[in-house]
This record gives sequence, C-alpha cells and structure tokens, in this order.
Amino acid sequence: MSASPMSDFLPVTLTVNGTAVSRMVAPRTTLADFVRTDLQLTGTHTGCEMGACGACLVLMNGEPVHSCLVFAIQADGAAIETVEGLTERGAIEDLQRAFHERNALQCGFCTPGMLVTGHAILEKGGLPDREHIRDALSGNYCRCTGYEAIVDAIERALREREGCA
Amino acid sequence: MNASVVTPIGAPVRRKEDHRFITGKGRYTDDLSRPGQAHAYFLRSPYAHARIRAIDTSAAIDMPGVVAVLTGKDLAQDGLGGLICGWMIHSKDGSPMNAGAHPALALDTVRYVGDHVAVIIAETLNAAKDAAAAVVVDYEILPAVADLAQAQAEGGPVIHDVAPRNTVFEWELGDKAGTEAAFARAAHVTAIDIVNNRLAPNPMEPRAAIGDYDAGDDAFTLWTTSQNPHVARLVLSAFVGLAPENKLRVIAPDVGGGFGSKIFIYAEETVCAWASKRVGRPVKWTCERGEAFLCDAHGRDHITRGELALDGEGRILGFRVKTTANMGAYLSTFSSCVPTYLYATLLSGQYAIPAIYCEVDAVYTNTAPVDAYRGAGRPEATFLVERIIDKAARELGMDPAEMRRRNFVTAFPHQTPVIMCYDAGDYGASLDKALALADYTGFPARKAEAERRGRLRGIGLSAYIEACGIAPSAAVGSLGAGVGLWESAEVRVNPTGNVEVLTGSHSHGQGHETTFAQLVSARLGIPIDQVSVVHGDTDKVQFGMGTYGSRSGAVGMSAIVKALDKVEAKAKKIAAHVLEASEGDIEFKDGRFTVAGTDRGLAFAEVALNAYVAHKFPTSEIEPGLKEGAFYDPSNFTFPAGCHVCELEVDPETGVTQIVNWVAVDDFGTVINPMIVEGQVHGGIAQGVGQALMERVAYDNDGQLVTGSYMDYQMPRAEDLPSFTLGLTETRCPSNPLGMKGCGEAGAIAAPPAVINALTDALGTQDISMPATPAKLWAVAQARVTRRAAE
Repeated sequence: MSASPMSDFLPVTLTVNGTAVSRMVAPRTTLADFVRTDLQLTGTHTGCEMGACGACLVLMNGEPVHSCLVFAIQADGAAIETVEGLTERGAIEDLQRAFHERNALQCGFCTPGMLVTGHAILEKGGLPDREHIRDALSGNYCRCTGYEAIVDAIERALREREGCA
Repeated sequence: MNASVVTPIGAPVRRKEDHRFITGKGRYTDDLSRPGQAHAYFLRSPYAHARIRAIDTSAAIDMPGVVAVLTGKDLAQDGLGGLICGWMIHSKDGSPMNAGAHPALALDTVRYVGDHVAVIIAETLNAAKDAAAAVVVDYEILPAVADLAQAQAEGGPVIHDVAPRNTVFEWELGDKAGTEAAFARAAHVTAIDIVNNRLAPNPMEPRAAIGDYDAGDDAFTLWTTSQNPHVARLVLSAFVGLAPENKLRVIAPDVGGGFGSKIFIYAEETVCAWASKRVGRPVKWTCERGEAFLCDAHGRDHITRGELALDGEGRILGFRVKTTANMGAYLSTFSSCVPTYLYATLLSGQYAIPAIYCEVDAVYTNTAPVDAYRGAGRPEATFLVERIIDKAARELGMDPAEMRRRNFVTAFPHQTPVIMCYDAGDYGASLDKALALADYTGFPARKAEAERRGRLRGIGLSAYIEACGIAPSAAVGSLGAGVGLWESAEVRVNPTGNVEVLTGSHSHGQGHETTFAQLVSARLGIPIDQVSVVHGDTDKVQFGMGTYGSRSGAVGMSAIVKALDKVEAKAKKIAAHVLEASEGDIEFKDGRFTVAGTDRGLAFAEVALNAYVAHKFPTSEIEPGLKEGAFYDPSNFTFPAGCHVCELEVDPETGVTQIVNWVAVDDFGTVINPMIVEGQVHGGIAQGVGQALMERVAYDNDGQLVTGSYMDYQMPRAEDLPSFTLGLTETRCPSNPLGMKGCGEAGAIAAPPAVINALTDALGTQDISMPATPAKLWAVAQARVTRRAAE
C-alpha cells in the first residue's frame, strides 16, 4: 500500500533561491523538511523541531524564519532563500570569510543558521555593539564555540561593510 | 580556501573543513539518502517501568505505507545479542559487576521512559509515525525509582534481577586504613555534600542512521553519527552478532558534535542496520530532539560526600570520598569506567595528598542510561576537589589561592595514591599567570564598587587536572577495559607527492582535517593543500579507537608521527639509490632529500615518484611504493592542567548571575594550532558554565522526564556568556613524541567549580548547588538580606 493517496497532497508554488518551484506536498510537511528532502537543499538543518535552536533558519521574503515552524504550504507564493542561495549570489561572502578567518565554527551544524542570523544583522546595517550582537544571536544555539568567535566574526563583517575595518 | 603553503607547528592555520560547512555543503548523516530507503520510527515506552504483556502490531501493519513493524521478539528470533558495556568493574568483595541484559528492542520489560518497544518502518516518516499510534501495547505498570538517593532502598523496585538493591557494583580505590589514620591526626576536617547534576550532552546534530543491506554481497553498510565507527563495527560484529567485520562497513560522515554522547552503540543504529536486511531496503532514522533528551546517554549524576583532613597549617593530610553514581536503566557502552577509573583516579587534583580513599556505588534507576559526557568523571572529581579545598580555605580563614599553592605537587614525576603518575606540570605557574591576568589583587576594590551598585560580586578559582591521552592499553586492560586504547595511522604518499593520511581518530568539530594535515605539512615540507585527512570509514581506515577523552592529538597524532618516521626512513633509502649516495649521507629538511655536504638533492615529490616508478632502486631490496602504517600505544596518560578564574556578579533582586570576567590559563603541552585550541577551550567553558548555572536533567517521582525539550532544559546562549581571556603555560608531555597533552575537555572540567566558588564568594555561603539558577540564588540573596538585617 502506498503511503498516502495524492489527494492528501496540496499544491505549493514558491521561489527558492531565485528559482520557481511547484510541488505537491503533504500538509504537515514543514518548510525545513521540504527544502531538505524535496529540494535536497541540505544546508538547512533541523536541530530541535520547535524553533528554539535556530539551525533551520532561512529567509522568507527577506526575513529570517524558523523553517521547522513553517509548513511548506504556508510558504505558498513566498520567496525563500537558504544558505545555498545566499552563497551562490555572493550575499554573505564577507561573513563566510569572517567565520573562516575567526574560526567561528567547529562541527558546522549550527553554522548555516548562524550565517542567516548574521546576514540579517548585517542587512540592518549600522554598528551594533557586541552586547547587541549577542542579543541578536539569542535564537541560535551553538554547543561548540562558546559564541565568542561568532560574535567576533559578525562584528568584523559589520565593520568591513561600514568601511571601518 | 587553504593557501598552498607549508604550515609550521604552532601556527593558527585556518581550517580546511570550513568551506563545506559555511556553504551548506556539509555531509551529515541525515543529509544522505539511499535509493529505495524506508523510514524508521521507534515506539517508545511511556512508562518508567512496566512489563509488556503483549504487543499487537496487526492494525499498524495494515496502515498505508507501512513496510514492517518489528519488536524485540523479531530481533531475538534472528539471534541478535544485546548491547554491551565494555568495561568490567569488580566490587570490593571481588565480585564482577551486576550487568543486566540490554536488548536493543525490549523483550518483556521496559525500564525507562523512552525505552525501545518496537520499530515501525514505512515509506515515509509520517506513515511510520501514524502507524506507531496504531500499535497496541498491553503494559503492566511496575513501581519505578528515578531518584538516585532512593534507588538502593531495601524493598524498593528492582530494575534488573541480577542487581539486588539496584546496585551494579560497590567499588573502592585507595588506602582506607592510611586515610583513616590521616583523619585521626587531623587538626581540621572540612566536609562537603555535593550533587553533581545530571546533564544532557546535546550536540546540535541529533543522532541519525541509515542501514543498508546488500543482498548481492551479503554485506551491511551503516552510516551513523559516531565518534568511533570502528568500535561501533566491532561491537555490532563481535557482540551483537549483526555480521562479521568484513561484511559490515560503518561510515561516520560529517558529525555535528558529540561530546561523548556519540561514542556509544545505541539501540536505534543497531536496529536500522539489522532491519535493512529484514525488510530488504535501506532503513533511515533521524532522532528528534525530544527523543534525544529521552534516549541519548546523559552525563554526570553523582551524589557525593567528601571529607578533607588538614593539619594546622592548611596542608592536606587525607581525603575520604563516598559517591553514589547513577547509571540509569542499563549499562551504556563505557558507563562503568566513568564514575570509577575516570573519576576516583583524579581525586588528588593538583595536590600532594598522602592518603586518599574513595568508595563508589553504581546504581540502576528507571532513567535513561548515563555514560561519558565531555570530561567524563574528571569534571565530577574536579568539582569535588576544587569545591572542598575552597571551603576548607574559607573555614581556615586562608586565601583560596594560597591554600592551593601550599598543597600543589611541585616535583615530577609524582605518584598519587590513586593510580595516576603525573609526569610533568607547573601548577604554580598557571596559578600565578591566571591571578595576574584576572587582577586578583584588585578584586576587593571591584567588589566594593559593585556593592555600591547593589550587586554581589564574587571571584572563584579552579585549579584542575585531567588524565587524557586515553590510554596505555596494558594499564586500562588491568583495570577492566575490554579494548586496547591505542590509535592507528597510515600515511599514503601518492606518486605525484601529495599525501593522504588515514586516521582512526574521528573529527566531529575538532578540526582534525586541519591539525593533522598541518603536522604532515610541517614534517614533510609540503604545502598543506597537498595533504588530505581521511577518517570515519571502516572500509578506508583499517582500524581505530575514535575520538573522545582529548585523545586525538596525544594518541592519534603520535600514530601519524610514527608512520611519518617510517615514510621518511624508506624515502631516504630510495633517495640514496637515486642520488647514488650512501643512505647515511641523506638528509631530509624543508621537503628536500639532499646528500650531506653537496648541492645534490631531490624534492619530496621526486622521491615519491621514484618510489612508484621503481626504475632506480633494486626492488629486491626495497619494495616499490611509499605507504606506511603505524599503531601507537601510549606509555602513560597525559595530564593537562591549569587554572581558571571566574568573576561574576549576582543581582540580589532577580538572582541573575552575570559573568563579568573569565581567565583560563591552561598547560596543554605542545600546541599544534592555537586557533583550534582556543576554540576548544571556549566551547568547554561554555558547557561548564551551562552545568554550573543552567543545565539539569530532571525526572519526576514516577520517572517521567520533566526536561524534555529546549523549553525546559536551558543551555548557554550568546548573551549568557562573556568573552574569555586565555593564557597558556607549557610543560611538554614527556611520554609522546610531540609533547602534547590534549585540550578538548579542559573547559568543561575547570568551569563548574570556578563558577560555584565565585558564587559562594559573592553570597557568603557555601550552600549553593548546581545548577545555580536565578530562583535558587534569589532565595539565597534574600536570606542574606534577612540575616544581615537581624545582625
């Protein structure tokens, strides 16, 4: 017997990393599972399935969202961007370089989510102090680094963008 | 991303592995899929202790998309054995530990909430979950005991028939009579009662597995989130009986953190591999976080009474310890060695203590299994030692730094009364440097200034030591280890001169692909981008013991050094023939083999090519090719040590702690890559601060897990931690060729007592337990206000 008849599926049409995508999905499929499984964009990770760890952060219409808390069908008509898309269009090249230079990752599992949050901080602009960067990272768990290097890397990318590196 | 340069030892070389992780191209187990794979979901016990009268799977099997529903009976029918504990501990009376059976799927009894009742395999995970709800299990609920303090009560629930009073073993170490004599002549005795809180390791990547049986070759492949894939293969082959080792390939691809919890051989991975043959399809399972809280082995969970005998000048005469250690419902893979040989052997700390006696009762409870978590036994020992010496200093009116200094081991080698022989160290140097970096003498002024702001400021020290470089095989064998703890390496030089290094260590965040390559680059004089490190696949690496216990530098890299020695020796022979010189005249430096005293020479790559072309040397004397392997067994443990200083403020109105300064001065021996070492120290401190201030796995009296998600179990976030001030001192480790000691666990070991000592200083009471949550500290602060008002 097959898993579910197709009548249990709903159509979803959205843009992912600039490419139009149309699929039939089970209503309970999360956006995280959709990008990871249906689209094989495995850079987005699931670490808690409840919006607490931040490993699954993606951009939805430009805003960071926990893709584990969004159903794929809720993203109908939306523009989604994952770490793969941000990488391809060069939007976080400086941030990635700063993470690499400052050793702001160890096991790498939280890193895509950290980069999405970092990107959001950078997009806001200005030069928030370290306390503000730490506060902005409060939705992202990292169990490896103790965060200092991540804060350093984001601060460095901010200063470079503001032209005061 | 790595520059094409030779990387010297000691340089902060950027990581080779970063590129894939920062671009979303990591290859974690759950990122992988096998053609035709089915998905597994585990039906788990909702009760802490129950007899299974019957399991009716008929409705579930008829659900849409279901491939199979399998239980412990199916597993037993196929003749598979249970999971094992690989370290035998004997009780004081000489009897072997009381190890209860540990089937991967329950047979007739479940013993903790989350215990494995059945596996549902279906076309999709959703279908498997739906079908799990249709499995009918008839449970007879049994009385449970989850509280460690109650577990040994006479007449209480018995979790395994083989273990009366739920006691796995009653073990001892040290000199009981000598210690009693020390107490008899003591001028002062300091006593302390400690609960070392139970923790959930929580690597950010949950466990996952794909089992794939190839009927054509009658062989299994298991992709799994393992810190030691060869040990997984050994256990699954030799003990579980899944398949012979030559028919079982275990691959641990990118692994997203472990901290100990991915050392062990668990039920789910075992079942996925077995079930793939049973259903004739690859079977994939990925743990959800809620399942990880239920079933990943937890850490710590000790209750301890410690007593310190001191003379009139604050010198330690003896140390007496009684610990009860929670093992959970089953003995996990290495659980029994954690509260024994990884714990009591470190009770001497950095101090010259003439007599130590320690008793440990290991106890079953109806909770998840407890095993090694970052530090594994050593944080528990260090917390006890560093808390009791601090308390003793306060009782004697001595400065805690002076108290420590007065008792430091200062001559090496130093044989402690608890097995370990410290080989090298300078504890005074790390204390002095830490106190200077922390401006210890300026603390009273800072405390007074904080008081004017209404904040309670405290400073706390932690002078830790750990035994790493696990481990000399003969030594651990004599103590009950079921395996040797050496490491292997193979250096394969390709004909064009680039190199693959195969290691039995496994990297899951530690940066081995960089550090190991850095070593090879420095030694062979070839650019680091010409060195690749291969690990985590039993088909590629012959055997290895994996990564835990801060062992991969001291043991894994020592094996690489041994292999490099052999490569150099053979390459010199080849170079001598090619250069028509005598072997004794060949020198190797900066990547060139030269004839001493001449300008004649060959680059490393030229010798490599000659080794494979094999035209210019007699192959009857020298085999073609350039590839060497080595097994390295350490002659001693290594002893990283150092001093951490925590300075913090408590807001008495809210009980919230803010860490305002952290100094860590560590002696790791030789440091290969200071950037990676810094990261290890940062992360270790973060986990230690988590234990001290936030983290606690809690069960209620019925054995229900109360802290089952990130809503109930708090770990440090970015805003909870300060930036850290790090310093190094260096005494080389004399027992391995690089002089390395290990750095992976230092922070997690050092941090908890530093935090609690600082809190006791801030609040003026020794009665502060972990985790020191705002609610607890608020109550202490308010009592302090009331007490002061009364005075």
